[in-house]
Amino acid sequence: MDKPVANQSNIRKADPASLLKKNAMLIILVLVYIFFTIMTNGRMFRPNSFASLINQNAYVYILGCGMLMCMLTGGNIDLSCGAFVCLLGALGGMMMVHWGMGTAISIIALLAIGVVYGCALGAIIAYVHVPPWIATLAGYLAFRGLGTAILGVSTTNSISFNNNQEFLSIFSGTLFKTPEGTLNWPCLIVGLVAAALVILLVFRNRAVRLKKGYEVDQIGMDVAKSALSAAAIILVMYKLAYSGGIPTALVWVGAVVLFYSFITSKTTIGRHFYVVGGNIEAARLSGVNTRRIMFIAYLNMAILTSIAAMTTVSRFTAANADAGKNFEMDAISACVVGGVSASGGAGTVLGMVIGATLIGVINLGMFQVNLDANYQRVVKGFVLLAAVVFDILSKKKAK
Amino acid sequence: MANILLEMRHITKTFPGVKALDNVNFQVEEGEIHALVGENGAGKSTLMNVLSGIYPYGTYEGDIVYNGKVCKFNTIKDSEKLGIVIIHQELALVPEMTIGENMYLGNERGHRLAIDWNTTYSEADKYLKMVGLSESSKTQVKDIGTGKQQLVEIAKALAKQAKLLILDEPTSSLNEEDSRALLDLMLGFKKQGMTMIIISHKLNEVAYVADKITVVRDGATIETIDNHGTEPVSEERIIKGMVGREMTNRFPKRENVTIGDVMMEVDDWTVHHPLYPERKVVDNVSMYVRKGEVVGIYGLMGAGRTELAMSIFGHSYGVNITGKLKINGKEVHLKKSAADAIKHKIAYVTEDRKGNGLVLSQSIKVNTSLAHLDAVSSHTVIDGDKEYAVAEEYREKLKTKTPTVEQLVGNLSGGNQQKVLLAKWMFAEPDIMLLDEPTRGIDVGAKYEIYCIINDLAAAGKSVVMISSELPEVLGMSDRIYIMNEGRFVGEMKASEATQEKIMAVILQSGRGA
Repeated sequence: MDKPVANQSNIRKADPASLLKKNAMLIILVLVYIFFTIMTNGRMFRPNSFASLINQNAYVYILGCGMLMCMLTGGNIDLSCGAFVCLLGALGGMMMVHWGMGTAISIIALLAIGVVYGCALGAIIAYVHVPPWIATLAGYLAFRGLGTAILGVSTTNSISFNNNQEFLSIFSGTLFKTPEGTLNWPCLIVGLVAAALVILLVFRNRAVRLKKGYEVDQIGMDVAKSALSAAAIILVMYKLAYSGGIPTALVWVGAVVLFYSFITSKTTIGRHFYVVGGNIEAARLSGVNTRRIMFIAYLNMAILTSIAAMTTVSRFTAANADAGKNFEMDAISACVVGGVSASGGAGTVLGMVIGATLIGVINLGMFQVNLDANYQRVVKGFVLLAAVVFDILSKKKAK
Repeated sequence: MANILLEMRHITKTFPGVKALDNVNFQVEEGEIHALVGENGAGKSTLMNVLSGIYPYGTYEGDIVYNGKVCKFNTIKDSEKLGIVIIHQELALVPEMTIGENMYLGNERGHRLAIDWNTTYSEADKYLKMVGLSESSKTQVKDIGTGKQQLVEIAKALAKQAKLLILDEPTSSLNEEDSRALLDLMLGFKKQGMTMIIISHKLNEVAYVADKITVVRDGATIETIDNHGTEPVSEERIIKGMVGREMTNRFPKRENVTIGDVMMEVDDWTVHHPLYPERKVVDNVSMYVRKGEVVGIYGLMGAGRTELAMSIFGHSYGVNITGKLKINGKEVHLKKSAADAIKHKIAYVTEDRKGNGLVLSQSIKVNTSLAHLDAVSSHTVIDGDKEYAVAEEYREKLKTKTPTVEQLVGNLSGGNQQKVLLAKWMFAEPDIMLLDEPTRGIDVGAKYEIYCIINDLAAAGKSVVMISSELPEVLGMSDRIYIMNEGRFVGEMKASEATQEKIMAVILQSGRGA
C-alpha cells in the first residue's frame, strides 16, 4: 500500500516541469546574456566583458556569502557592510600610504579590525538581543562618516594606492599575465582541470550511491549536468584566457564561494544555520547553541567585509568616501534573486552566485547599450521585485 | 420531525491528485448539536471549508441547501451573512488588542470612516455576558487565558448573528474544567434554538454534547449515529466507525515488564516563571523514574507539567531553579543548555511539535539527525549517506508513511510528524525520555502506534516519563502515576490501583486545600 518508492527503483525519473522550475534562474541568466549579446552586436561575448563581470562583481559574491549566512538565520541582514568597506578602505589607505606600514601587516590589521567589529556586532545581536537591522543601522550611519573624516587628511578626500603595486596585484591583479588577445595557456589549463574535476565528482558520487543502493538520476541527466557545467567553466576560462589571464579577484571569489558552499551543505555548523532559520526554538531544544550561531553569522560577515573592502579599494586603486555605497543592497539583492528565503532557513551559495551573476550581467549589459544610469536603477528595482514575485508564485504552484 | 436547516448533497471536492471529499451527504436539523468525527485527514475540515465558502462555489461538485435554498458562496462573508459562522481550531485573536476590538475585527461598528467605540464596547459586553465572561471588553486579549479566549471567539461569532455555529476542535487547548464549561455553554445555546456543528477528537465530549454523530472516513460520510438514548453512545462504538474495525485494545499490552533501578531522581524541584520571577510554576516537586518504567504525570493544562519537564531538560524553561537532579544516583547540574541535557542522555519530546519540535521547512532526514548530528558526521563534516541511512532506518522502524525521507516534514500529517519527532529523540539515544502529550492531535490509529513505540522504549530499558491530560491514556499506559495540580505533585498511585474517579478526587481535594 504505502510502500516506499525509494527502494523499488533506484533511478529517479527526470520530470521536465520540476527541472525547469529548479533551474529557472539559470535559464533566465543564459537568456539575458544572449539578449545582451545580440543587443551589443557581440560585444557582451568578448573576453573583456567576462573579465569585467568578475572584477566588477567580486565584492557581490564575497559579501553575498556573508549575507547568505545572516539571512539563513532568519531573514537577518547586515546594513553596515557597505559603510564598513568605506571605513576599512580609509584605514587601509592610512596604514599603507600615510604611515608606510608593510602590505602584509596592513592586510592582517584590516582583517583584525573586521574580527573586532564582528565580535562586537555579534555579541550585541546574539547576547544583548538587539534586532540585527537596528544594530547594523548604527554602523551604516557611523562608518561612512568616520571613513570620510579619516580621508580628510587628503585634500581630495581620497587616498591613492598607485604606489603600492604589491597590494594591488594581490587583490586586483592578473595571474600569469599575457598580452590581451593572445591565448593564455595557464588560464585555459586551470579551466580544463576544473571541468575535469566537476565531471569526476559527479560520476564518483553516482558510483558511490549506486553501490550503496541509493536513488540516482537517470544516466542522461548526470551526463547532461556534468557536460553543461564543464562546458560553462571551459567557456569562461577560455574567454578569460584571451583577456590576459586569471584575475586574482576570481581566485578570491572562487575560494570564498567554494568554502561557503562546503560549509553550508556539508558541515554540522552549516546545518545549524538552516535549522536556526527554520525553527529557532526547535533548534535550541535539540541542543543547538542558537546564540553562538547568530554570533558567528555576524562575525563571519565582518571578516568577509574586510576581504571585500580590500578587493574594492584595490580595483579603484584608491580609498574614497564613496567606496562601498549600496554594497549591502547589492549583496541582499543577489541573495534574494538567487532564491534565498527572506524569512530564513532556505537558500544556497550556488543560488546566490547565480543571482549575483544575473544582476551583474544586467548591469554590464545596460552599461554597454548605453542606457541612462537613472533608468538602470529603475530596471534593477523591477528585476529584484520580479524575481521575488516569480519565486513566490512558483512555490505556490508547487503546492 | 424537525426542520432540516442544512443539507449538503453529493459534495465532491478534488485537490490535484487527491479526492478529499467523495460524494458526501450530510444533514443538520434545526436546533441540534451535530458532531463530526473522523481521523485526521478524513475530510472533516474540508467539508466545513466548503460549507463556509473558503472553497468558493464552483471549485466543488454538489449542492449546499441552507434553509431550503441552494447557496452559492464565493467568500466566507457570503456564508456569514446567512448566519453560518465557523470558529477555527487555531484561535484567530490579536493578543495586543482588546476583546472588543477583536470581536468586531473586520466587522467594525459605526460609520464607514469612524469606528463608534461606545457601541462596540457596549455590544461586546452584552455578548460576553451571554458566554458567561465577566471580563470587560476593554481587557487586552493577551491578559486572559486560552479558555477565556475560546469564549471570546464564541462571543465574536454570536456578534455576527450566528444561526449555525461550527466549532472546529474547540476544546483542543482547554483544560478539563474549561472544556466542560464550554460544552455546557453549547447545551445552553441549544435550548435557545441555536444549531451547532462540532468537530472533535475527544469522543467523550462528543458523546456528552451531541445529538447526532456523523462519522467521516476517507472523504466519505460512513454513518450517522443517534445519541438520543438514555445512555450516551460508547466511545468504542464511535471508534469502530472511524477506523472501520473494532479496536479491541486501545492500549497495547506490555509484555515481560522488568523494572530496574532508579534512573533519574528529582528532589525538591522548584521553578519560577521567567517573566514574573516571584511566581512559582513548579513548587517543590520530588519524583523518580526507574529503568524500564513508564511513569505518567497527569495534570490539567497549566498545572506546570511542561514547565517541570523543560526545566529538568537543561533548564530550558524558567528562572531561579532550585532542587537536586540525580541520574544513576549521581547529582548532575544541567544549567547550561539542552545540549547539556542531551549529553546526559535525557530527551524532551515536546507537546508542541510544530512550535518547538520540528523544522517544518526541512526534510525528514534533517529533522531525524538534528539532535545527534555528531553521530552521522566526522570532524563536523556530515556524512550524507550515513544520515540518509539513519533516517531510512527510523522510517521503517516507526512505520512513518512517506515516499522518501527527503520529504519536507511540513507536508506530513500530524501522526507522521509525531513519529519524526520521536525518531529524532530515539536517535539521540537517551536513557530518559520525557514525553509531553505524545499523542496530542493525532488520530486513533496513529495513537496506537505511538503507544507501541513507548512500550518498546520501556522494554529496551529506557525510563519513560509520559505527561498527559488524557486520563484513559495515563491509566492505560503507565506503571505509576503522579498527579500534578497548580505546580505541585498532589498524589502518586500505582497504575494497578488507580481509577479515573480516584485521580479526579485527588485533584479536587488538593484544590480545596489550597
